[in-house]
Amino acid sequence: MLESIWFVLWGVLWAVYFMLDGFDLGLGTLMPVIARNDTERRIVYNAAGPFWDGNEVWLIAAGGVTFAAFPHTYAVMFSGLYSALMLILFALIFRGVAFEFRGKIESPAWRRFWDGCLVVGSFLPAFLFGVAFANLFQGIPIDGEGVYRGTLFTLLNPYGLLGGLLFLCLFLVHGCVWLAVKTEGKLHQRAARFAKTLWAVLAVVAAGFFVATWFATRLYMNYIKNPLLFSIPIVVIPAATVASLLAVRYFVGKGAWWKAWFASATTIVGATFFGLAGLYPNLIPSTLNPTYSMTIYNSASSTLTLKIMLGVALIFVPLAIAYQVWTYRLFRHKVTEADLAYEEAY
Amino acid sequence: MDVLMLSRLQFAAATFFHFLFVPLTLGLSVLIAVMETRYVRTGDEQYLKMAKFWGRIFLINFAIGVVTGITLEFQFGTNWARYSRYVGDIFGSLLAIEATAAFFLESTFVAVWALGWNRLSAKAHAVTIWLVALAGNLSAVWILMANAWMQHPVGYTIRNGRAELTDFMAVVTQPFAWHTIVHTVGAAYILSGFFVMAVSAYHLLRRRHVAFFTRSFRMAAAFSLIFSVAVVIQGHLHGSEVAKVQPAKLAAMESLWETRSGAPQFLFSLPDEAGERNRVEIGAIPNLLSLLAYHSPDAEVKGLKAFPPDERPPVTLTFFAFRTMIALGFLFPLLAFWAWLRRNRLLESPRLLKVLMFALPLPYLAAQAGWVVAEVGRQPWVVYGVMKTSDAVSPIAAQQVAVSLAAFVLVYSLLGAAAFYLIGRHARRGPEPSAVES
Repeated sequence: MLESIWFVLWGVLWAVYFMLDGFDLGLGTLMPVIARNDTERRIVYNAAGPFWDGNEVWLIAAGGVTFAAFPHTYAVMFSGLYSALMLILFALIFRGVAFEFRGKIESPAWRRFWDGCLVVGSFLPAFLFGVAFANLFQGIPIDGEGVYRGTLFTLLNPYGLLGGLLFLCLFLVHGCVWLAVKTEGKLHQRAARFAKTLWAVLAVVAAGFFVATWFATRLYMNYIKNPLLFSIPIVVIPAATVASLLAVRYFVGKGAWWKAWFASATTIVGATFFGLAGLYPNLIPSTLNPTYSMTIYNSASSTLTLKIMLGVALIFVPLAIAYQVWTYRLFRHKVTEADLAYEEAY
Repeated sequence: MDVLMLSRLQFAAATFFHFLFVPLTLGLSVLIAVMETRYVRTGDEQYLKMAKFWGRIFLINFAIGVVTGITLEFQFGTNWARYSRYVGDIFGSLLAIEATAAFFLESTFVAVWALGWNRLSAKAHAVTIWLVALAGNLSAVWILMANAWMQHPVGYTIRNGRAELTDFMAVVTQPFAWHTIVHTVGAAYILSGFFVMAVSAYHLLRRRHVAFFTRSFRMAAAFSLIFSVAVVIQGHLHGSEVAKVQPAKLAAMESLWETRSGAPQFLFSLPDEAGERNRVEIGAIPNLLSLLAYHSPDAEVKGLKAFPPDERPPVTLTFFAFRTMIALGFLFPLLAFWAWLRRNRLLESPRLLKVLMFALPLPYLAAQAGWVVAEVGRQPWVVYGVMKTSDAVSPIAAQQVAVSLAAFVLVYSLLGAAAFYLIGRHARRGPEPSAVES
């Protein structure tokens, strides 16, 4: 029971991470095409400025909770996905520093360099997290000792790449919608146009992913195998995901940007849970032999640790949500050129 | 090189680099919080200017501290998978508590503080920097508690082929952890005080922004004096704790080979690891080591030969790092005291200002030396007496680690250079609103 609660919490942390950091990763990836001059680029930086750091902490929390609640999974997952994870980490380093360093020197070359870091540093995590999670959904070659028997290229299989594309599209739409929320004028109109086009791409990729999941993974099997346990998730999660994906387009069409953003956020959370619920009770299925899989039972921490950590999570995660919501409200205004004159602006 | 050595080098490089930026974050946030509070209390605009100027440096430093911290958390999984599996039950929880209870708070409010000057009342804004300072220091508490558990594991039992938690209170209340916390955070405050004094000295020597930097300097001098004295006293107690729980580390710190009662302290010695002796030993002060380590002049101090060769830490490195830290640790209160004495006559004290300006690297050196003593002195154990470092490493290809290590060195050198360049630039420019940002 305790293990199952932690499975849900583990999923929630990853889902919230993707939901929040998703928009600034998407926005960073899109910047070179959506922002046409330095002023517009600065508006993009400032649209994500007050939030990206707080968003990224959800990754630290998700990683930390994997370590604390399922240490064996943490060990296998991160050592197995070594190269992919290192790429993500380096990307995040450059991206984080780009925010802080870019505006400090007024030299076009300096700014171009950090803009480049922002783009690559946003694209790689968006894509690679998708690749990594799609591979978790279909399983990776781990042996009985928890040793990964593959390379970086094992992960770049068709289904993994499709997962990468799905995450990328989800985050790009999410980023466009956020930019539309935060801007006005030309940039806002461009963001709106991009959101519509990218949504169509996303819809195709998402449909492809749902179908490919039938062939490449055992997720649906798992839903069907446990009809009682999954009677709610099997209906609710995919239905909610599809409904919110459609709602994104509806609200984008109506120009209801905040609603579109929430719908997009729900889509990301739904997509994450669609995959994770299909894994349960596995955390990392082994493709070599199902008995080698990492499950919530064979990789969980002791009962005492799970209980203490549950107390910690139930106190501090809601608290973190509360003050982050307050931050989003504090900085909910549109970023205009006047804001760029502010001395602490990015 | 094998995976073990490469992984150790990588972790050492990542920690070294991370810890170049962390101490300033810990101490400067507190100093800025005090400045801003004084502004709120007195309405004196000078304090507001101070908070903004030092704040800008703080933010550059903070950014690089954050991004290098993320890699550390994940390296336990990537490079030390066997360790993570074996001790995740305890060690992992402490890291997770750090993320949820402290790091969230710090990262969220640092942005509110940086960008919220005209969105919050002066009072509310001052509260946000206190939250940043509090959360940063709380982060340090949890991380150092995790580190202390590796140095002196308590509250666990070996079950199901791993260390499992049995007593959480024992882990969070053990004296070794609190010594580590007070010592490291104290050292971070000294570093921050010396940083502010060095930058202020630079401007005072040039007679620029005299009132502004005199005030900054005086605050930093008092801050440095308090904490440098406190760390010397506490460091002594910390050493006694090490003697009690990590006798092999103490022996390496002192390069003491033979076990003896009433051990003397040598003013100068030179270890010869291969020969299991000291090449030179000069200036023996009788019984002092026994007295320092165990508070009794006749106490027995274990020598390195009391431990099997494969359970001894690298002696030369530990020994010299310790000596460096101690020498600097005694120098800081003297310098801080000198600065405090001359606090009202700074412009007439060019020699003091010059010395303090050039002393800037010393607290950085001391902090790194302290880490070397703590971490190299812990070897060959990753968890003292429980798990060896060689049993902790991930079952991965050496080639992968070689590539990532090269990338770490390259990327961190570039980022470090950029960060220090920007910090130096802002520090030299002084508190004038810069043209770049308008």
